[in-house]
Amino acid sequence: MVLAKVCGTVTCTIKNPHYRGRRIMVVQPIDASGDPKGRSMLALDGVQAGVGDTVVIFDEGGSARLILDCDDCVTVRTVIGAIVDSVDRGE
Amino acid sequence: MKLARVVGTVVSSHKLESLWAQRFLLLQPVDEHGQRVGAELVAVDTVQAGEGDLVMWEGSKEAAQTLPNWFNPCDAAVIGIVDGLDVEG
Repeated sequence: MVLAKVCGTVTCTIKNPHYRGRRIMVVQPIDASGDPKGRSMLALDGVQAGVGDTVVIFDEGGSARLILDCDDCVTVRTVIGAIVDSVDRGE
Repeated sequence: MKLARVVGTVVSSHKLESLWAQRFLLLQPVDEHGQRVGAELVAVDTVQAGEGDLVMWEGSKEAAQTLPNWFNPCDAAVIGIVDGLDVEG
């Protein structure tokens, strides 16, 4: 699981059936201070996140199927599973 | 899932039986602004994408599971053709 910022959306008509009816977001992994870390990726939205939200990304198939409540979604791996209210590093 | 631009096709007539009839595409990973990121890779095409298309692709076991036969060697698959990107900033 990693922290990320939602920075955009993707429109896609021709796609694998497991992705139909779901929103695809562009997410940029960030550190606890909000600075970008590493390469951006795409994630399916499992929690009604919006552009600008800080979220938690799950990049693993079993977790993705649980979050989307879809046992058949065997080709899905990256999902937004939580919207972050705040991060406290304890420093 | 990641974004990539299809930059070519890879023809292979001698391959494992479970990959027969599967097209291989040459992908250049790009970011949301279209800038190249990382090295080119070969991916199985599952959506009839063509050269020049902006596509979504998936790696690891989920890529193999896009094919009719799940038990096959495949670590990257094109899973969607991108129509539009709406990115902040």
